[in-house]
Amino acid sequence: MNFRAVTFASSASVFSVLALAASTALAQAQPVIGLITKTDSNPFFVKMKEGADAEAKKLGAKLLSAAGKTDGDNAGQVTAMENMIAAGAKTILLTPSDAKAIIPAIKRAQSQGVMVIALDSPTDPASAVDGLFATDNYKAGVLIGQYAKAALGGKAPVIATLDLFPGHPVGAQRHNGFLQGYGLKSLDAKSNDLAKPAEVVCMADSFGDAAKGQTGMENCLQKNPGINVVYTINEPAAAGAYKALKAAGKEKDVVIVSVDGGCAGIKDVGAGVIAATSQQYPLRMAAMGVAAGVEYAKSGKKVSGYTDTGVTLIAAKPVTGVDSKDVKTGMDLCWGNK
Amino acid sequence: MKAKLPPLGTLGPFIALLLACVFFATQSDRFLTLQNFSLILQQVMVVGTIAIGQTLIILTAGIDLSCGMIMALGSIVMTKMAADFGLSAPVAIALGIAATALFGLVNGLLVTKAKLPPFIVTLGTLNIAFAITQLYSGSQTITNIPEGMNWLGQSFRIGGTNVLYGVILMLVLYLVTWLALRETAPGRHIYAVGNSPEATRLTGISTDKVLLGVYVAAGVFYGIASMLSVARIGAGDPNAGQTENLDAITAVVLGGTSLFGGRGILLGTLVGALIVGVFRNGLTLMGVSSVYQILVTGILVILAVATDQMSRKGVR
Repeated sequence: MNFRAVTFASSASVFSVLALAASTALAQAQPVIGLITKTDSNPFFVKMKEGADAEAKKLGAKLLSAAGKTDGDNAGQVTAMENMIAAGAKTILLTPSDAKAIIPAIKRAQSQGVMVIALDSPTDPASAVDGLFATDNYKAGVLIGQYAKAALGGKAPVIATLDLFPGHPVGAQRHNGFLQGYGLKSLDAKSNDLAKPAEVVCMADSFGDAAKGQTGMENCLQKNPGINVVYTINEPAAAGAYKALKAAGKEKDVVIVSVDGGCAGIKDVGAGVIAATSQQYPLRMAAMGVAAGVEYAKSGKKVSGYTDTGVTLIAAKPVTGVDSKDVKTGMDLCWGNK
Repeated sequence: MKAKLPPLGTLGPFIALLLACVFFATQSDRFLTLQNFSLILQQVMVVGTIAIGQTLIILTAGIDLSCGMIMALGSIVMTKMAADFGLSAPVAIALGIAATALFGLVNGLLVTKAKLPPFIVTLGTLNIAFAITQLYSGSQTITNIPEGMNWLGQSFRIGGTNVLYGVILMLVLYLVTWLALRETAPGRHIYAVGNSPEATRLTGISTDKVLLGVYVAAGVFYGIASMLSVARIGAGDPNAGQTENLDAITAVVLGGTSLFGGRGILLGTLVGALIVGVFRNGLTLMGVSSVYQILVTGILVILAVATDQMSRKGVR
């Protein structure tokens, strides 16, 4: 009895060792890819994770995902990176919260043979990563600038801008792109400052948030009730601006434009809240990143440089001279809950 | 006890607000209008209401770091109840306030029964409330809510000025709570617990009951703030409350309530909230970056606490 129990136990343990070995072998064959976003609590990044998950399943890769605790949490991203490398990730897809502070951690990862791809936002310098898959934010701004100009017809623009917060490259690129597209005095795509030509009568920081967008717009209307064009950093800020304009009875006289293309934002385009928005594609960024990671695991071939993941102008009412797609197309490609 | 007015602690906030107003009036001719003041009031309505609850807690020498996150949770519960279960606005709002009151109760029980420091308890519940809010909402803004939930965001006109119903509600809450703190026995007990819990206990008052009541009442105020936030934004926002969280404490401190408990006048908190609102509004009218508002707020907070500390030394 005793003997049998021992045999059973030893054969069981042999079996489990074999099983473990087999699974380790399997795990080695399966490429491990890490995805680190800025936060877990932003639909944009939630969608990005979904896109990465789906692509990883399709290609038979294992996806590890993590995020900083808040936007700007560099330490959280560094920790996640170290943990993922320990877990065997050979490719890390990263949405840098802090474009500069993350660089030493990226260098450490690369020195261990890990390919690092930035998604959505560039690092500073951009060459610190192997590749960047992102929206051209300046171009996104240019498109809505052109649209706003055409939509306003010949009227002189009185512009309010509801920006992100000072010093953020994405905020500066969209803002300056918008002014460039409108044909006003602006700065180039590399600038981190916000251009302020005479036509811009009010600038407020919205932090990309509906409540602060509303507060900013209220204050801007107080400053200049004649505002007829509103540029917003994203659609929540635009929705806030619309609420402020509606309360003042001016929602019909003002052209609101935005950038992002989330489902709630596209719905707002359909409802006439936002005139036009530049739609970006987080799902595509993530899917392309995972595919690049699998390719690297198989062939050792790294990506390089910047890959534009595309941007499309979505508008309910097309204007002459500016190419745009309709709300239905926008809804088909949007991110977030439909 | 109630007749004695600590001069600097009480007048300081009013003087700061007045000085800020005079400064901005010289910088922008659009600042000094009734419409603009009505605007500032509606901009501080949410944080101002949270700050009522926060004041009660700070008066007991406690602190609540979770206030903004509980407010966000309440706004998600009420909008989800209405959007997903089709409940009417009053029922959904009541459930949302019940959720925030429950969180207040949890904070209170951990402080009184488990004898944990409020700072640590609410640091924990801050994270818990945030996580539940994100999980329950799927990190998505909830927009399809019934018209009835927006009612407090509507306005009526007095003279040429738009006034929000929500602002009236906030002002009434301040008045009622201020009177309750001054004139009722439970109100005086809150001050007593903050001044000296041991002496209070020896006079036969249950400090635990007072504290528990304060935390639950604070939860109710956060719930009312949830309702105001939903009415103002017109949606349930899972990322709301992040700035309100510390802004509420800022308002209380700027308003002259002592962080050591037992001293402060609730109406000062309203003034404290208005100071922050006036700076945000005035600097935008001037075309100055929001970062300066943060800078000024930081300096004022330190000045406020220093004033409290000095007047306290003077007393002893």
